[in-house]
Formats: sequence, structure tokens, C-alpha cells
Amino acid sequence: MAEIKESFFSAEGLEKRLAGKKFWKTMMTEYWIPKDINFLWAMGVVLATTFAILIISGIFLLMYYKPDTALAFDSVNYTIMQDVAYGWLFRHMHGVAASVVFLIIYIHMFTGIYYGSYKKGREMIWLSGMLLFVTFSAEGFSGYMLPWGQMSYWAAAVITNLFAGGSLEAWGLVEWIRGGFAVNDATLTRFFMLHVFLLPLVIIKLIVVHFYTLRIPHVNNQSSEDIDYDAEAEKYLAGNKKESKVIPFWPVFLSKDFAVLGIFLIFYFYLVFFNYNFAMDPVNFDPANPMKTPAHIYPEWYFLWSYETLRGPFFDMFGLKAGDIGLMIFGFAQIAFLIIPFIDRDPDILPAHKRPRFFIWFWIMIIDLLVLTVYGKLPPTGANAWVGFYATAVFLLLFASMPFVTKADAKARGAL
Amino acid sequence: MREIKILAIVVFFTGLLYWGVEPFAHSKLHPHVPAPDYTFKDVDGLKGLTGDATKGAESVAANCTACHSITAVGFPPVMDDATSAASYGVVPPDLSSAGKIYDANYLAAFIKDPAKAAKTAHKFEDGAAHPMPAYNWMQDQEIADIVAYLQSIAPKTMTNKEVYSDACQRCHSIKYGDFYGGSMAAKTPDANIKSYMGVIPPDLSQMIRSRSEGYLHEFINDPQKHLHGTAMPRVGLTQAAEDQVIGYLTEAGDSKKEQRESIRGPFLGYLVIFAIFAWLWKIKIWRQVH
Amino acid sequence: MSDKTNRRDFLGMSFAAVAAVGGAASLVGMKQAWDPLPSVLAAGFTKIDLAKIDLVPGKPQTFTWRGKPIFVLEKTADMENFDGDLVIGDKRYTISIGLCTHLGCIPAWKKDKWKCACHGGEFNSNGQQTFGPPPKPLNIPPFSVNGTVLTLGEEGEQSKAMMAARA
Repeated sequence: MAEIKESFFSAEGLEKRLAGKKFWKTMMTEYWIPKDINFLWAMGVVLATTFAILIISGIFLLMYYKPDTALAFDSVNYTIMQDVAYGWLFRHMHGVAASVVFLIIYIHMFTGIYYGSYKKGREMIWLSGMLLFVTFSAEGFSGYMLPWGQMSYWAAAVITNLFAGGSLEAWGLVEWIRGGFAVNDATLTRFFMLHVFLLPLVIIKLIVVHFYTLRIPHVNNQSSEDIDYDAEAEKYLAGNKKESKVIPFWPVFLSKDFAVLGIFLIFYFYLVFFNYNFAMDPVNFDPANPMKTPAHIYPEWYFLWSYETLRGPFFDMFGLKAGDIGLMIFGFAQIAFLIIPFIDRDPDILPAHKRPRFFIWFWIMIIDLLVLTVYGKLPPTGANAWVGFYATAVFLLLFASMPFVTKADAKARGAL
Repeated sequence: MREIKILAIVVFFTGLLYWGVEPFAHSKLHPHVPAPDYTFKDVDGLKGLTGDATKGAESVAANCTACHSITAVGFPPVMDDATSAASYGVVPPDLSSAGKIYDANYLAAFIKDPAKAAKTAHKFEDGAAHPMPAYNWMQDQEIADIVAYLQSIAPKTMTNKEVYSDACQRCHSIKYGDFYGGSMAAKTPDANIKSYMGVIPPDLSQMIRSRSEGYLHEFINDPQKHLHGTAMPRVGLTQAAEDQVIGYLTEAGDSKKEQRESIRGPFLGYLVIFAIFAWLWKIKIWRQVH
Repeated sequence: MSDKTNRRDFLGMSFAAVAAVGGAASLVGMKQAWDPLPSVLAAGFTKIDLAKIDLVPGKPQTFTWRGKPIFVLEKTADMENFDGDLVIGDKRYTISIGLCTHLGCIPAWKKDKWKCACHGGEFNSNGQQTFGPPPKPLNIPPFSVNGTVLTLGEEGEQSKAMMAARA
């Protein structure tokens, strides 16, 4: 080590030991982002903020929550909601943030798909992002169990049942996951461990990876132009800010993030105070009763589209039982979007409005997911069952057709 | 301009998603039921007669006080709750406030035929009988007198908790009403109410949050509408008394409602100011680069 | 020179192997920590004495076994005889796990059949699916019979035969 002569208690001394100024330049004032972006580019920071809200509100809930089937419901609905000062506010914030985070994740994800931000060098960002989606899904599922209401219990029962693998009847595995024959106290406490400790750790690590994998390929831009960052950065640093195609992360990119955040917070807190039933389902204010199934069980809205693919096939086909087909499609749906970079056969990075067939493909996907979501909430009877069946078929066809659709665009453009 | 278009698309699809998952789906899951009827016109009650409270006092003393206490006029309970529950299946209500909280028409119909007015006749088939006998042998005028008497002895005002206690607490506990003290347990012991009703009636602590106010009004006014075949009787509350019951459910189950409603305006106002400053700063910073 | 390298490699590889064995053993231990507790497994046996529970023919009762509802129905004279019945003396019983075989909701007894509120599935007094989405009859818990006492949780002749009849 080179001996540092400056005192620990001086500005120069600290700078030599920690290289704070260098760190600030690398991470902030000379981290270059394209200038040609829109407000959708702010979703990353909105997600980071929402995650921070979840952690902080979670910390306060953690002080009073009791992970025991006999105590959990009252610890939430009496102690936290009615005894602890602002306990209700922390709970509302936590529940609504857990729901809204998925809205932002979906917007963020489909922005990436639209602008081709998963292609050609950015695959790792996409994969780490999709792993974050899967981990957040597990985090949401485990968190929903904790208040131990009717929906907590029955959603846990139905979803852990799925691990029996349909016709495989792997009940031993289901009992191992639950720590008992039925969903019980051991199930609650282990999902508490996952929700409060293990999964947040995994999420934080994945976020670090996600940010790291972003540095080298750089953030994408609205026209998906390939920018010469060194040249543009030089222009900016030379004072030519208006002509440069890049902006520094701090203060320029972040100033727009904060402005978007300001609007987001109004929307978010409006939900927290006025319109929270979509996130805190009323059925969950009935205490868990293993002997009484609620008339309607459904997952949180962000799981509805994949839940519907589970129910989509409702008759046996190709020698397989309907339940097994549904289970396979459901399993595929959880990781389906991971393969997008590898089934896109178009070598160019372009926004969807410059890829005519892909543009249509994209909007069919959006509408199909919306249909799956809404029908995932409805009872799967009569005409609803058929809508679910066809919407599931469309979902699979979209993935099967992506290589051909993207190749066709590339050929038409002369790129292939 | 393009950003506004993108924002419009995002808002449109988010709105469509919200509509489909919330109002639309819920309208399919919870079909519409007719509005509550506080006139109880489906049973014949007073038939327009006016009662004489003094005559009613004699009838009540002769017919009712064998089972019903009326602490307001010096008829204390003859047995404690546990014993009366064991004898009748359920604790018979004290009648001090009945004249205030129950609709007069309903009361008359109830006295005449309890199971019919309460819509629990389906429970009392195959030989089982309602613990309270039907007074359909009584003249309509005598019944009107009884109702008039009950109205005369009833208190002029009651707290929400008192209405709940008289109208609901014989069967329904509401733990959160006194979480540490336990005084809001159901008056009828669990074993008795379970064999009388078939199940233990649910604790109502969070009923104000698991059901909407509209649902609760529809339900209390006629339980059969939402839960066909239920053992819960229609108790015949007046609309005012029902409002008080729901008021108490809110006090016990959503006690921070007032605080929530008073904070939210200033909180959102602050966020609007925050957003304005954030945008102003963004415009200033971006002016250099546009 | 090459001897030295080989020895170092061999030692390095052996060390890695030893570490791997330790790691694997830890994982096995951790897997076992996740297993259901012995007390939970032991509670998996429930006894029901059919003679002492005041069963009314045609009015099934529900018991709990391993967190699941168990329907016990004594058949009335009108209810048809079925190979899957449990026969004790001159009484015939239907014993089932009270979870709809569609998605696991608990059906309710409506006069002469079980009806599931979730998606309308129906099961007759034999426990066979007769209407709606359920793909299979109600499942049968493993049980053994001693006189009139059922012990749920241990497989016996009768429950094996019933499962075969209902398949």
C-alpha cells in the first residue's frame, strides 16, 4: 500500500483513502446516458424507490408482526392497523407498493421489449431483470401468506398443491415444502423467513448484477441508435451540452427521474389513502379457516395472466390430462420471457414502430395478457372457459411465432 | 408531444387493466341483490293499529318476563347467560331497548310468529321448535299494545356499542371491541350457540373491512339475500339502528378511519408541491442540454 | 518439475473433494431441517368410532385428519349399494376426503349429494363425480378398521379395496 501522509481528519486525506470524488464521477457525473429518452426510462428509479418503500415499511411491520398461525391475523389487523401509531399507514403502503411494483415492472419490461433493449449485448440485463421478476413474484407470494387471512391460506394451499405435479402425484414434495400435511404453522414461519430475509437478499444481489450488466452496453435510447459514448461524452465535457447525444446520470438523468417520481408518488399515495382494495383484498380480512373455502379464490392481479394459462386447457388433449397440460404451460409461463433474446432472429436493434410485423406481434401480446388477466379473475365456467382456452393458445403461438415474425421483418429490411 | 402520446397509451392500458380486474370482475363475482327494505312489508305487522302502552305493560308482565329480562323496568335476568343458553339454546334478549332498535312493524310480526319474521323457518323443520313460541293466538290489538309499551320504556339515545350489544352480541363476538379485556365475547357460550345455529357465528372484528358498507346493510336487513339458507335470523333493525351497528363495526374494526381521512388531503397536497418543485428543477437542468 | 506440479494438483483436487463432501453433507442436513417435524407427522393418525358419533343416516359428519376435512356418511336405505362402500355389519358408509378433486375446495352436502360452490362440481353419495369439472371421485384417505373404529392414516384392506372400486 502506498503510504497516505494526509491526515484522516482532512478532506484530502479522506479523498485519498476512499476515492470519493473518483467514485462520484464514475457512478454519477460521468456515467453517460443517451439524451433521446422518454419518461418510460424513469421506471428503473421508480422501481428502486418502490422497493425502498417496501423495505422501510416492512421494517416497521416487522417490529409488530407475529409469525404464528394463532397470532398473525390479530398482530396485523389489530396491533398494526389499530394500535401502532401510523401502523395502518405502513401496512397500506406495504400492500399497495407490493401491488404497484408489479405494474411498474410490467411497464419496465414491455418498454424493454418494445425498444429491443434485450438484444445484442444487453441479454444479461434482460436475464437479470427477468430473474428479478421471478424473485419478486416469490416475494409477493410469500408476503401475501403472512396476514393469515382466508386468501393467504387458500392461495398457499392451491399453489403448494401444484407442486404435486398433476398426474405425478408428488405429495411427498408438497408435504416437504409445507413442513406438514396441510398448510400449517411451519409453512407460515418458513415463508416468513423467505419473505423477510432470504428473498430480499437475493433481490438486492440481483439488482446489483442488473445495474452492473447495464454499465458496459449502456442504456438504450428511443431510436435504438448505436452511440459512440466516448465521442459524445467528450463533446459534453467540452461544454457542448446541447449537441452531445448523451447526458450524465447526475444531475441530468436523475432530475427527470425525480420529476417522474413526483407524479408517481401522487398516484401511489392516492391509492394508499383512497383506493386500496385492489391490493388488500377484502376476503383476506376474514381470518384463515382451513375448513371453509371462500366462494372465490384468486391470486393477486399480477399473477392472474399465468394463473389463467393453468386453467386454460380444460379438456384432455394429445393423450395428456387437461390438468397436466395446464401445469406445463403454467410452468413455462413463469420463465417464458427469459427466452425472448434468443428467439428474436432480427439482427438489428430497433424500436417496434420500425419493425412492422413485430409491432403487431407486440400489441397482440399486450392484449392477450390483458385478456388472460381479466379472465383469470372470473370463474372458469361456460364461455369464460373458452376465452381462457384461446387466450392461452394465442400466448403459446406468440412465442412459437416470434422467430419467424422477427426474421420476416429483417428480411424485408434487407438485413438478412 | 410523443411523450404525451406514450403516457396516454400507458394510462389507457393501465385503466383498462384496473377496470377489468376490479369493477368488471367483481360485478360478475357478486351479482346484484335488491336494496334493503326497512318497512319489512313482506310480513304483516301492526296493520296500522296504534297501541296502548299501559295495557301493553300488563301483557308483557304476563307473557314475556318468564324468559325475557327487562332491566329498564326492574325485571332482572332470572338465570345467568350460561344457564339460559343451556336451557333455550341461546340467551334470550333483554327487552329494554327492543322498542328503539327494532322496527315496530317487524316487532309485531315477530311476536306473532318469530321464525317467519326472522326468516329462519327452514331451521325448524322435523320437530325442532323455535325457543320462543308464536303468539299468533293473540289479538292484533294486544300485540300493538305490547309494541307500544316496549317503545315507551326504550332509551331515547344509545351509543353504537349499546346497540351492537343488544342486537348482535348474543351470538356474535367482536374481539377487537375489547382486545385485551375480552368483554366483547359473544354472550352465548360457543358450545350452545354451535348446537343452536349449526356453526359458531363469525367474530365480527373485521367484518367492516371484509364486506363493504352496502353489503352489510343488504345483509343485516335480510341475511337470506346474500346467504340463502343461512341460520342467521333477520333481526328487524330500523335503518337508524343498523347505521349504529355499522358505526360500531367501524369503531372496532377500522378505528383509524378518521385519522386516515384527515391526513390524506394534506399528505397528497405536500406531494403535489414536491412534484412541482421536482419538475421545475428538471426543466432548469434540461434547459442546458436541449 | 512435472512431479511437483502433479503432486500439487492432486493435493488441490483432494482438498476440493473434501470441501465438496462437506458441502454436500451440509445440504443434506439442511434438507432435513426443512422436513415436517416428528410431532407433526405423529399427529397424522386420527381415530373415529363410528358407533359413538351419533351418525344420522343421510346426514354426513365432517372430521379433520392431517388438516383435511373427512366426510363420513352412513347411507340410507334408498342410497344404492356400491362396491366402494365401507360395510360394517348391516350398515354401509361412504368415507372420503372432503376436497373437491377439481381445485381443492370443500363441497357442501345438499340433501343427497355433495356440491362444490367453487365451480359447481357434484359428487353422489358414493363419492363419485356426477357433474361439472371434477375429474375424479372424492379421494379416499388411507385407513384401517378395527370393529367400528376407523384409524385414519394407516392403510388397511378396506381402504385399499375402496380405492380400487372408486378408481
